[in-house]
Amino acid sequence: MNTLIIISLLGVVAMMADALRFKKILLPIIVAGLVAGLGFAISSWNTNLSYYHDMVLFNNYSLAFSSLMIVVTLLWMIISKHYFSSSSNMAEHAALILFVLTGAIIMTAFADLSMFFVGLEILSISLYVLAASNKSELRSNEAGMKYFLMGAFATGFLLFGIALIYGATATFNLAKIASYISVSQAAGNTPMFVYAGVLLIMVGLLFKVSAAPFHFWAPDVYEGAPTVITAFMATVVKTAAFAAFYRMFSTCFVEITGFWSNTMAIIAASTMIGGNILAVYQTSLKRMMAYSSIAHAGYMLMAIVAMNKISASSIFLYTASYSIASMGMFALMQAMTASGEESVNSLKGLSKNNKGIIVFISALVFSMAGIPPMAGFFAKYYIFLGAMQSGYQWLTLIAVLSSLIGVYYYFKVIFVSLQDNEEGAGHVLNKGQWALIVLSALISLLIGVIPSLLLTLSL
Amino acid sequence: MITLLLLFVPLVASLACLLLDKAKVKVFALGTSLVNLGILVYSLTLFKSDMSYQFLVDYWWVKDLGISFKLGLDGISILLVALTNFLMPLIILSSFRTEYKNATAFYSLMLFMQFALIGVFAALDGFLFYIFWELALIPIYFICLFWGGEDRVRITLKFFIYTLTGSLLMLVGLIYVYLQTPGTHSFDINVLYSTALTAADQSWLFWCFFLAFAIKIPIFPLHSWQADTYTDSPTQGTMLLSGIMLKMGLYGLIRWMIPFLPEGLAQWGNTAMILSIIGVVYASVMALVQKDFKRLIAYSSVAHVGLIAAGIFSLTIQGMQGAMAQMLSHGVNVVGIFFIADIIFRRMKTRNLDELGGLANNTRVFTILYLIILLGSVALPLTNGFVGEFLLLNGVYQYDAWMAAIAGLTVILGAVYMLRSYQKIMLGEPHARSIEFTGLHQTEKIVLVVVALAIIAGGIYPKPILQVAGPALEDLLAQVKDIN
Repeated sequence: MNTLIIISLLGVVAMMADALRFKKILLPIIVAGLVAGLGFAISSWNTNLSYYHDMVLFNNYSLAFSSLMIVVTLLWMIISKHYFSSSSNMAEHAALILFVLTGAIIMTAFADLSMFFVGLEILSISLYVLAASNKSELRSNEAGMKYFLMGAFATGFLLFGIALIYGATATFNLAKIASYISVSQAAGNTPMFVYAGVLLIMVGLLFKVSAAPFHFWAPDVYEGAPTVITAFMATVVKTAAFAAFYRMFSTCFVEITGFWSNTMAIIAASTMIGGNILAVYQTSLKRMMAYSSIAHAGYMLMAIVAMNKISASSIFLYTASYSIASMGMFALMQAMTASGEESVNSLKGLSKNNKGIIVFISALVFSMAGIPPMAGFFAKYYIFLGAMQSGYQWLTLIAVLSSLIGVYYYFKVIFVSLQDNEEGAGHVLNKGQWALIVLSALISLLIGVIPSLLLTLSL
Repeated sequence: MITLLLLFVPLVASLACLLLDKAKVKVFALGTSLVNLGILVYSLTLFKSDMSYQFLVDYWWVKDLGISFKLGLDGISILLVALTNFLMPLIILSSFRTEYKNATAFYSLMLFMQFALIGVFAALDGFLFYIFWELALIPIYFICLFWGGEDRVRITLKFFIYTLTGSLLMLVGLIYVYLQTPGTHSFDINVLYSTALTAADQSWLFWCFFLAFAIKIPIFPLHSWQADTYTDSPTQGTMLLSGIMLKMGLYGLIRWMIPFLPEGLAQWGNTAMILSIIGVVYASVMALVQKDFKRLIAYSSVAHVGLIAAGIFSLTIQGMQGAMAQMLSHGVNVVGIFFIADIIFRRMKTRNLDELGGLANNTRVFTILYLIILLGSVALPLTNGFVGEFLLLNGVYQYDAWMAAIAGLTVILGAVYMLRSYQKIMLGEPHARSIEFTGLHQTEKIVLVVVALAIIAGGIYPKPILQVAGPALEDLLAQVKDIN
């Protein structure tokens, strides 16, 4: 709880920075605040406290995800320094990012559907603004607008679903909904609109995690938004969305798994196949990463489909390894955006201009593609294990085959970087980008070699 | 302890390579590979030739998931580790005359490859085996990508995706078997062996594992990555691939498929056998018409390993013994012959058989060594190739006489294409440029002489090989027959 308070306060403080003229020391304040938030999250491990008449519940699950998101935000700060310093709207940007994080933490800790909705909206509205924050750029405006319209639409579905569930159960509380459903299932008189509500909530959430066929907004928004914001969306926001998705379905709707799991399995399969295949045809690295993030959503959905005792930790491991590897990739993309050239082919000469970087880029690519000994492999393995445990052999086979397509386009990054650039100059990374790439590669390797670090957390 | 040394000396050396400068790195790499060979020889003296796993190392890796870091060597694996450690110094020495750019990275990757290969052969935990299996793919991918020929990007990607397809199917299979293990599941090899699987499960699991291994070996019709990759890789990469890496697939069949899928084998073994035999004939015929010398060797390699696979699928002790013997001799011979191709290419700048000829006039030593290595690979009696091929055909004959007759064609065809290539390169009218063919350098001579000696020694006295592998193979076959 202290984590949540600190981070939301931090957001308010950041808003004041402009008026009270302490912009210069804002960045250190934010970092210190985030570290303090992380400390509080870790110190309340195993406490399982709930607040506000059971509206939020900080159990290990939410603490683990909150800590992960704070760590990823800290990593993200390494490359986003210039985003804060170069623009005059630094204070607003900082505040909005912190509000996104606040919303994200609520989304991992809600114990009540209304709280979930509040968290989601805090997160989304801040993000709409951030996506459009590059005001002079047309595509950024387009991204913000598109994201807003589509997001609002999805929220509508979600809200309608919540209303239907409320109509059936007369409560927003997750535990009470769950007990209502199990009682009514036993009696065989579950009202039809519970099912309708589940479906509508599912649509809303699938939208947020950009699963096919609700993924159309993702590539445009990813491409148009400023690169650092895209990095934040692909990592922290995705983590939050999946944490919330799993939390809701594993507590409320686990009794009626049979009703939604097959639909979800088919969506998962089409998400990973579609995402991977479309990624192959992208020339812009940013769009490619957008489609790859869609494909990754497909793998993570597998854990929700499997819904067994390792699902929670497999989602955690997957989001962690995916977010960390993505951060490194986005550091690379930021260097590309800086020189105004976003196509994969412009990576030519990268290895020559930045001696040694190719080792770390390869490590990141391996992690994204799921090749041992990187974290991404273990995460995928764990997801597959869970799916097979629940008897989804066919889904695992599809996942395996579609991840081969992933290898095809991820590896393009490696060998294009190795080529020489005929026209001379290629991208040159600055210190921050270097640091982030090296750091995320090393963390990915560490998790891959000692997966027990994250697996043994009892989520 | 010895196993750990064998495994980690190359890894540490591989990292150390990155810190050295270009001039020293070659010698350093050769030195460590010789040290590792020394450790291996020491371990061979301690090895008791029975069926047990020796030099066991067993730690938990991820305890909650039943994944352990378990290594050990029995008669089958110690021979393959021996092959790896014996070939590694030769492969490194063979690179001494070639100046690779970024040499530190090159040797580092080579030693990393050795680490992964030893891991594959020594792993006694399904998950660990899978990790090493994949790890072995990474260095070879980069070796081909950095130092390969013209078309390397396309070819290496095809190779990578091809083999990864198989690996991932194997992963699915492994997870499935793992989930059938009793209690809190485990990947330990003994637990996996003793897990009861229904016939229906074994039937599809067979394909998961078979595809993984068949792609690596490669068995017809999954061989299409192989000729391109062999041709386009730098010579040392080709040597690693053909000399050691494809033994991973054969080893996988023996260790990680046959023992726990006896019923799957009963259902599909015949299909696998037929595919292997088709591969033998097909590849031999393909080798007959190749103009590029390296491609010719690549196809001859497919023919040889096809026969080895057939021997394994015959499930007879002779077939298995022959497979072990032939794995070792094929490894040695193919490294020798690829090196010959490399020596010719570096001097003549061509591998096209039509543009070569009459080289025998220039250098006597080379002619003799080439001839010995060639006779080894066409399996002349008293060379190492004969022992393996004889046992293999014997095994296949016990399985089905007709198949043995067809597979026997490889002996004839093999002699035809190998001798034809010899004739085209060494004999006949010298070409205008044949004069450029200069004598062998010291390092080249050492490599070829060692290979030639190994060929003759293996042909005259193959008993140690058969003795070391015998008990473990018999135990393995007994397991399969028990269940049937």
